[in-house]
Amino acid sequence: MSSDSDNEPIETTSDVTPASTKTNPTPEKEIELPKFEKGLADKIVEKFGTRVKVAFVKPDRVRINVSRDDIKEVAEFLRDVLNFDHAESVSGVDYPQDKEIEVVYHLGSYTDSSLSRQVLVLATRAQREENPIPGNDATKLPSLREVFYSVEFHEREIFEMFGVYFQGHPDNRRLLLPEDWADLPPLRKDFAIKGR
Amino acid sequence: MNNELPPGLALQKVDERIMTLNVGPQHPGSGHMRIIVQIDGDFIVACDPDPGYVHRGEEKMAEYRNYITNIPHLERPVIHDSCNILYPYVLGVEELLGIEVPERAKYIRVIASELNRCVYTMYWLAIYGIFLGHSTMFMWPAGDRELLIDLLEKMTGARVTHAHFVPGGVRNDLPPNFEDVCLRQVNYFEKRIKEYAAIFYDNPILIARTANTGVLSRQDAIRLGTTGSVLRASGVDYDLRKKEPYDIYDELDFQTNVLKEGDSYARSKIPWLDMMESCRIIRHALQKMPKSGSVRVKLKPNPKGKGLDSVYKRVESGRGSLGCYIVSDGKPEPYRVKLSVGSFRNLIALPYLLKGEKLGNMPAVYWSLNYWPVEADR
Repeated sequence: MSSDSDNEPIETTSDVTPASTKTNPTPEKEIELPKFEKGLADKIVEKFGTRVKVAFVKPDRVRINVSRDDIKEVAEFLRDVLNFDHAESVSGVDYPQDKEIEVVYHLGSYTDSSLSRQVLVLATRAQREENPIPGNDATKLPSLREVFYSVEFHEREIFEMFGVYFQGHPDNRRLLLPEDWADLPPLRKDFAIKGR
Repeated sequence: MNNELPPGLALQKVDERIMTLNVGPQHPGSGHMRIIVQIDGDFIVACDPDPGYVHRGEEKMAEYRNYITNIPHLERPVIHDSCNILYPYVLGVEELLGIEVPERAKYIRVIASELNRCVYTMYWLAIYGIFLGHSTMFMWPAGDRELLIDLLEKMTGARVTHAHFVPGGVRNDLPPNFEDVCLRQVNYFEKRIKEYAAIFYDNPILIARTANTGVLSRQDAIRLGTTGSVLRASGVDYDLRKKEPYDIYDELDFQTNVLKEGDSYARSKIPWLDMMESCRIIRHALQKMPKSGSVRVKLKPNPKGKGLDSVYKRVESGRGSLGCYIVSDGKPEPYRVKLSVGSFRNLIALPYLLKGEKLGNMPAVYWSLNYWPVEADR
């Protein structure tokens, strides 16, 4: 371990309260927004208006929140007009207190060189059930597999790990978990690790 | 959805001519993985990759440990490339916590990352050799790999599981006289891997077995979202070290390797060409590195994120783009960590490549995808 006295510890000692953290990002946004990324976000807002919500515009990253009914249309727009051609990653995030599960698509582009640094984050939320019956409850989202072929395995993984059924996905079988897994979807917050 | 039986156990109707064959899940030198192939005579008509035998729940575990104690276990999915798999996580945590990394640490990271890329590629190449029945090609890379493992051991203290990258820099400074030893070893290593051309890459038997098998067109490579050597072997010039340079890659002199063929031969050649570029990067980084200075910003114990925030960072690993999505809710533990790994993303190409191939070509196509089962399962 190096012993550098000139580097101050980064973290502040005071406990960060949720209220104060929410005010923090707003002044930063007013100062400056990256130009290219702002342009991307504006194009999407211009097309869809209030149906999309721009969550943040950071250098190389733009995040768009949409409802489950609009996600397919927005994804088609991103592919056909803005040239995003593949999904880098699809993640699920469980929010039990909101009774929702978020599915986050990270989209990138190989063909458009101006977008090669960019990752467009497209997020939507599905209803979460307390006692899930994966595939047979209300936790459903439209699949983006017809729009971005590359989400095929990612969506299969989210179905088994979070119980989000993707309507229109041709192959909703298990991928990583055993075929006879009969417990809760393991990446949900209420699935606890033993001893922790 | 079938309610009575889980989908994998339900009976399926099959054609009488078609035989279903389970390849695996025994250990083919890397981690358990099963490929279910349907064959008509000698030809594969359908293929269903079945990963998950080495699923370790890394992402779940990461939600229970704080940002620092996550480091040693997050590198486990691919211990041969442990610096690169930690890289996006560490970059992400630095962005969440707002840490600026000292200049010398950035160079050390790049050197460690490139050494690790070579170590991983040598192991992968050794297995590619033995998959094709070329046992000399198993012995040579396995032996030459030790040169770099020794270097990394001097640098980090461990042979494979380094846990060297930490938010704020690297764990230790370089040992005395490391630069000279590193330069000597890397130069010798480069000389050695150039000899592989004669025994392996120019070998007519290898070319006969891998050229024109499992051809992935440029269009399909993009559509399937493949990454790394698979993508670059199909003619797409996309390397994150060039396209989205992290740390000090934009100041270093190297080029990316692209081939147009898209067959197994091209896919097996790209990582080998990349290793020579890695040697160039290491030499250049050793030359440009500040000779002294801090290598780590000290953090307070249990660093926390600033409220609800998320970050997605990606680096170019030995198997392609490696992304890490971290969601923080202001607690010392991350709310969610997702690793989007190259192996998992490239696996989707396997059913397309194997369709219509001979069964005997399966190992050559499968391993050319630069696939690491443990990493894909996480």
